[in-house]
Amino acid sequence: MSANVISKTVRGFSGALGRTLVSENSAHAKGLLQALDPRVKLVGLLALVVTAALARKLPVMAALFGLGVVLALGSRLSLWSLAKRVWLVAFAFTAMIAAPALFLTPGETVYTLGGLAITAQGMRSAMLLVARVEAAVTLSTLLVLTTPWMHLLKALRTLMVPVEVIAMLAMTHRYVVLLTETANAMFESRQSRMVGRLNGHEQRRLMVNTGGVLMSKTLEMGNEVFLAMQARGFRGEVRLLTDFRLRGWDYVAMSGFAAAVVAATMAGR
Amino acid sequence: MKESGVPESLTSEAVKPAVLEFEADAVRYEYERVAALQGLTLRVRAGERITLLGANGSGKSTLLRLMDGLHFACAGALRFRGEALTEEAMEDDGFAMSFRRRVGMVFQNPDIQLFNPTVFDEVAFGPLQLGWPREEILERVHATLEWIGAEHLKDRAPYRLSGGEKKRVAIASVIVLDPDVLLLDEPTAALDPRSQSQVIELLESWNNGQKTIITATHQLEILGEISGRAVVLEHGAVVADATPAEVLANTELLEAANLIHSHRHLHGGVPHKHPSPYLRHEHHKH
Repeated sequence: MSANVISKTVRGFSGALGRTLVSENSAHAKGLLQALDPRVKLVGLLALVVTAALARKLPVMAALFGLGVVLALGSRLSLWSLAKRVWLVAFAFTAMIAAPALFLTPGETVYTLGGLAITAQGMRSAMLLVARVEAAVTLSTLLVLTTPWMHLLKALRTLMVPVEVIAMLAMTHRYVVLLTETANAMFESRQSRMVGRLNGHEQRRLMVNTGGVLMSKTLEMGNEVFLAMQARGFRGEVRLLTDFRLRGWDYVAMSGFAAAVVAATMAGR
Repeated sequence: MKESGVPESLTSEAVKPAVLEFEADAVRYEYERVAALQGLTLRVRAGERITLLGANGSGKSTLLRLMDGLHFACAGALRFRGEALTEEAMEDDGFAMSFRRRVGMVFQNPDIQLFNPTVFDEVAFGPLQLGWPREEILERVHATLEWIGAEHLKDRAPYRLSGGEKKRVAIASVIVLDPDVLLLDEPTAALDPRSQSQVIELLESWNNGQKTIITATHQLEILGEISGRAVVLEHGAVVADATPAEVLANTELLEAANLIHSHRHLHGGVPHKHPSPYLRHEHHKH
């Protein structure tokens, strides 16, 4: 992997994070999930994520994934963007983890690839894992994309999540964009002083060194951001200009989430 | 004479209003066993405009962080209006809220300080943390944004602003609280001349110059504009405390504190060497 590719990847990642985490455009759009009280959305979608994680039947996972797609459409999220940024990435990572199960799970051989037998049971296990991850990731992504970050933190706090955890999440969100910008600057700075190509060993050594420096900068930056927040009175409690208030639509949504969780749990056993 | 050879006349404080804001007595602070402040003693009175001068690593930023209750003295004592600034004191919600309401700090790096999704949220962050009523927050945030000429930027993400805009929003995010004391860490560093003068004008116009402002900088050219008293730090201790004019006139002190350098150049074909804060000889006369 060349330094140029790494730099472009870091730059792309930085830009995507900036758009996703900071502008929060989709969280302020007018849509189905955006209209809900963040507490209802948090509890409802997390319950569906847990249900997907515990389900053992493929149709149930497919149904939960389908529900996620419907909610995404209702919330005016771009399916193309979800496919590129979420589904494909989740599929690639999960497929890598699930691939060995195709060959290692004992059972009836359905295909032979290069002398290795792919079993029906192995295929089922791999598909279950991929489907479970896709469904859970889709539902989690919906929560993040349709809720302003500070609202999400406040919702977590109202659910008795400790102040320390909220403070850590708040800081992570604050400096992650800054950190990727720093990583990009480090790669560009290195490129500007390099002539020719490095061999594999040198590239790996540079990557490890850069990772170490970045880690140190992360810790320092995290500390600085937290001090800046403390300096303006932050003590772990999330405060917003708007108070959460349950409305009629929230009760309807609560019922809907509860019905989906019960149905999926019953069918998924 | 003080340890750097500064005459006693230079250590007299220029302004002596009655109320003491900060009292630092023999304060010591260490970063991983390296002393950043050692035996620092200083008095700051209400309404003073002080510049902390010093080269990189002289302890200016550390002192500001101690004054803002973000770090705490390892030895000695630092008090704000008679109350010791200790970790235990800052753990008390009542004291911490009251302190944060009265003392605000603008960090050197605005990217660290600006962490909200929009400029409006950024300026509203402090008042929200201090539990102000919603209507008051909205009114104050709008007024503050108008004051810094950034009302049109209110929906922009802070990370998309220019360097000068970021600095002005960072200042607004603190000034919105109307603190009694404003701590500024290198407020004009890395800014173009126009942005520098905008920041200085903001500080001059804030509350008609009635507030206490403590500015850490090594930029001598803004000294007279932002302060009536200059405190020079070297190796974590005060080596001079005088009016800006007196400090600027003491080239020996400024050179010892690494605030100016000696350079050799030609004038009328005659080579000579003298200390100067300027990089090129056409910027000064003989």
